[in-house]
Amino acid sequence: MAVQLDGAAGRTAPRTGKGGPPPVRRGRAARGAPYLLLLPALLATAVFLGWPMVRNLVLSFQKLNMKELIQHLTDWRGIGNYQEILGSSQFWRVTLRTIVFTGANVVLIMLFGTLIGLLLARLGKKMRLVLSVALVLAWAMPVIAATTVFQWLFDSRYGVVNWVLDRLGWHSMAAYDWVGTQLSTFFVITVLIVWQSLPFVALNLYAATTTIPKELYEAARMDGAGTWKVFTSVTFPFLKPFFLATTFLEVIWVFKAFPQIFAINQGGPDRLTETLPIYAFTEGVGNLHFGMGAAISLLTIAVLLAMTAYYLRLTLKQEEDAL
Amino acid sequence: MRRSLAGRIWPNATAVVLALGFVFPVYWMFSTAFKPTRDIISKDPVWFPLHGTVEHFATAVNAPNFWQLAGNSVVVTVLAVGLSLLIALCGAFAVARMRFKGRRGILLTFMVAQMAPWEVMVISIYLIVRDADLLNSLLPLTFFYMLMVLPFTLLTLRGYVAAVPRELEESAMVDGCSRRQAFAKVVLPLLAPGLMATSLFGFITAWNEFPLVLVLNKEPGAGTLPLWLSQFQTQFGNDWGATMAAATLFAIPILILFLILQRKAVGGLTSGAVKG
Repeated sequence: MAVQLDGAAGRTAPRTGKGGPPPVRRGRAARGAPYLLLLPALLATAVFLGWPMVRNLVLSFQKLNMKELIQHLTDWRGIGNYQEILGSSQFWRVTLRTIVFTGANVVLIMLFGTLIGLLLARLGKKMRLVLSVALVLAWAMPVIAATTVFQWLFDSRYGVVNWVLDRLGWHSMAAYDWVGTQLSTFFVITVLIVWQSLPFVALNLYAATTTIPKELYEAARMDGAGTWKVFTSVTFPFLKPFFLATTFLEVIWVFKAFPQIFAINQGGPDRLTETLPIYAFTEGVGNLHFGMGAAISLLTIAVLLAMTAYYLRLTLKQEEDAL
Repeated sequence: MRRSLAGRIWPNATAVVLALGFVFPVYWMFSTAFKPTRDIISKDPVWFPLHGTVEHFATAVNAPNFWQLAGNSVVVTVLAVGLSLLIALCGAFAVARMRFKGRRGILLTFMVAQMAPWEVMVISIYLIVRDADLLNSLLPLTFFYMLMVLPFTLLTLRGYVAAVPRELEESAMVDGCSRRQAFAKVVLPLLAPGLMATSLFGFITAWNEFPLVLVLNKEPGAGTLPLWLSQFQTQFGNDWGATMAAATLFAIPILILFLILQRKAVGGLTSGAVKG
């Protein structure tokens, strides 16, 4: 959950106004002060993020399997790893699967998140509190705990889901093995991820709607606008930045989803539910092809960047305007 | 505006159904943890834990290494969040209050760092930590977790620092405080809610982190609780009671923190949302 929030701050935290303080003449010590204050943060970023990044890049041009690892050999392969990966149908299948998986989840999350957020705005005080508390509980559930609970809910023998389906008359589901096929495993993972993500979208959307001036709604109603028209002409335009930022965050978050997929079935059955992060992990750490894994992980980052390019360009531009 | 009876009922009815849907998995975790095994593997589900028992918690707590790993989790999380708050606060003050060359570049650096795909960087991190001979140690975990939450913390705190009126600080300095004193006595107390809200997300990230610890700390006593929980079910076969008790133990600290801090956190995160 926090992964998803990681990105939230930059967008949504209260912002500095235009420019810094008025320039004041100060001594040399004072001029160095900002750099000194930022030094620990920059240093830590360089060491613990920059270095692994560089190492990852270097690694992706090497052949580093068990043998090289133990004997500390460096075997340069040039772009051999990339050629091999880009030439394998497996990689393209996983990429396509990841994009479809991310797209489906984000659409579901944004759609239902918006509906629940709007519902919150419409409810009475008491009911709103009840639903908010329920949402916060789901939001607060740690990812691994939630994943374990969903495994239990979807357990084939004693799981509640199968029992309910059986009771509803779908008797063939009485002992259904949810992690037995690709589609059903993805179904469980999707339900889990959507359940975890909706509260963030719904609660923040509700909070954002409270900032829309009431007069706008009244004016729209006076003009005879219906519910749908009010949404498309008032709510949506007003909250467009919010929708953009949230969609972007959800894309990143779903794309990177690791514990949910890994803990439910390790990317199985038959590696059919592996998404790109899991694929990189299995190839690199699982099969001990570190060079190949590193190359896959860089390609994974490239895919993620391509998926979020539109929003990134927009924010960078805004940020430059604001500074 | 008046609404028809149906128009008043359906939002409430939907809300009740939704609330049940969101609460149920959490409730089911607690209730399974407290039910005796015969009620867990009954033919029809037992909806309420009428014959409450804590035997599953005993199983979970007595599982190998539980206390060791819980201690590891607490140490790593607290140190990582504490360190990152300290480092981020200095940096946030600089970017929010001072004007200097390279400020824009530094901000962009943190914004990019915030999106770092840690999940796919485990391979190179593994090799770095292995070469430093620090596998199965808590030190690398602490530092990497610190960095996972650092950009977020810094950028969020920047907003909170900027929201403290500059005049307060200046008047303290007019009254004879140095800039450092003015910060400690005037700005810091006003930042407390911001620090709490920010640390909540740091705590969640570090407490939950899974891929890195999965690779780095494979030795039985060296990991953290997420690793323990994900392997618990495999170790205990289909003992769902004990597994749910273990999940409960893992989730409780975060649930409590969240319920205390979420109002501030949601407000803090969204107060600037519509400005984009």
